[in-house]
Amino acid sequence: MDINKDFPLTGFRRANGRVGIRNHVLILSVDDISNAAVEGVANLIRGTVALPHPYGRLQYGADLELTFKTLIGTGRNPNVAAVIVIGIEPKWTDYIVKGIAETGKPVAGFSIERYGDLKTIEMASRKAKEFVQYATELPRVPVKWSEILVSTKCGESDTTSGLASNPTVGRVFERLEKLGNTLIFGETTEVTGAEDKIMEHCSTPEVAAQFKAAFDNYQEQVESQGVSLLGTQPTEGNIRGGLSTIEEKALGNVEKMGGCTVVSFLEPAEEPKIPGLHFMDSSSAAAEMVTLCCAAGAVLHLFTTGQGNIIGNKIEPVIKLSANPLTVETMSEHIDVDITGLLRFDYNLDGAADRTMEVMAHTINGRLTNAETLHHDEFVITKLYRSA
Amino acid sequence: MKKGILLHEASDDVGVAVIDLKVGDEIGVVTLEGKDIKQIKLVSDVPLGHKVAMQDLPINKHIIEYGRAIGYAAASIAAGEHVHVHNIKSLRWAASKSKVFEK
Repeated sequence: MDINKDFPLTGFRRANGRVGIRNHVLILSVDDISNAAVEGVANLIRGTVALPHPYGRLQYGADLELTFKTLIGTGRNPNVAAVIVIGIEPKWTDYIVKGIAETGKPVAGFSIERYGDLKTIEMASRKAKEFVQYATELPRVPVKWSEILVSTKCGESDTTSGLASNPTVGRVFERLEKLGNTLIFGETTEVTGAEDKIMEHCSTPEVAAQFKAAFDNYQEQVESQGVSLLGTQPTEGNIRGGLSTIEEKALGNVEKMGGCTVVSFLEPAEEPKIPGLHFMDSSSAAAEMVTLCCAAGAVLHLFTTGQGNIIGNKIEPVIKLSANPLTVETMSEHIDVDITGLLRFDYNLDGAADRTMEVMAHTINGRLTNAETLHHDEFVITKLYRSA
Repeated sequence: MKKGILLHEASDDVGVAVIDLKVGDEIGVVTLEGKDIKQIKLVSDVPLGHKVAMQDLPINKHIIEYGRAIGYAAASIAAGEHVHVHNIKSLRWAASKSKVFEK
């Protein structure tokens, strides 16, 4: 079977050659106090997407760096056609603009000092209008499956996650790895108990060592707060559902990687440089993790859920898979791929992967996901420590 | 034959019930790839989502699921028996308290 013939895809090819599956014009805040202006522009100009957030002032060191990396990465994401950047002062606004402009896409920065909100909104709105008309002229063109950067994470997991939905993503990832796709997974703390399996799947001892260092760092950070993850996992809900040990829970989680090789370790929000599966150091909080994947350039997310996590993202469409019949029935507006049939022996793992890739094809070609239609626009910057 | 247990790997020590299973049930075991492996007689009730022993598992044996150890047997477990926190323990969590060796 030739997937590119059976499920032909279209997308937006950006100036740097990368492929997007959406065509957003972003209005991006550099800092919390510029949110009002950002929302003002988005309210005035149809076809824009406001990205306000609560940070960006008096952060320092690695924490500031990660916030800016997340903002720049989100603007660089191929699902974005053009970006308006608004900040309180010119220095950091220019810094974000320059980071995004490297991709060759249209980007313009506005700073509020010496103008005030109203003049800034007027100037930025004129530019935003121009960008929307530019973006809406861009055609969808034929693209290959291998050009779609896919990320994954699980949330509100239960026994159906490790049993069915995570292995389904694993099978999809195995197929995409063969095609030459770039893929991202992570959740540094949640893999506790299966970190040795990830290390065995790393392409080189260096990659394994980088992963292990980040993993140990997280463990120390958690323990420094007087908490033991080993003692809290699996949770009482997990145990009621049938999970017995932390190893079992973690092995179910890492089923999402299938039999793929981990070709590199990524810092949070770092763009992958080569094809293959990448482990990104990341929190397991759904919105934070998907935001980091989006900032790393992922254009489509596969999110598996047992009990029904409802996460979405403004820029990176999130497809939700579930094999829990109760969740699929009671939360049908959130679940894009129903794979309960795997547990009824209606089809096997390959059948579940086929169903998933069909939904991926429709989504890539422009059909909105459930999370997109429901305005699940979560954009959550990972904060490393408190500001000055 | 009624199917009701899924195996991640054909060689795993435990499978997962995908329906509520009752003591005495004769249930077909199938892999995720759709391959029929065997039939097993339940010696205890096992609720949906919980694990069933595929063979007799002696005390202290590492319990294999996903092709890897998920813990060790804290009691001897019979084929067809419910496997959960009452008869298996984490190797990680126990390791710091007492040494556990594979038999």
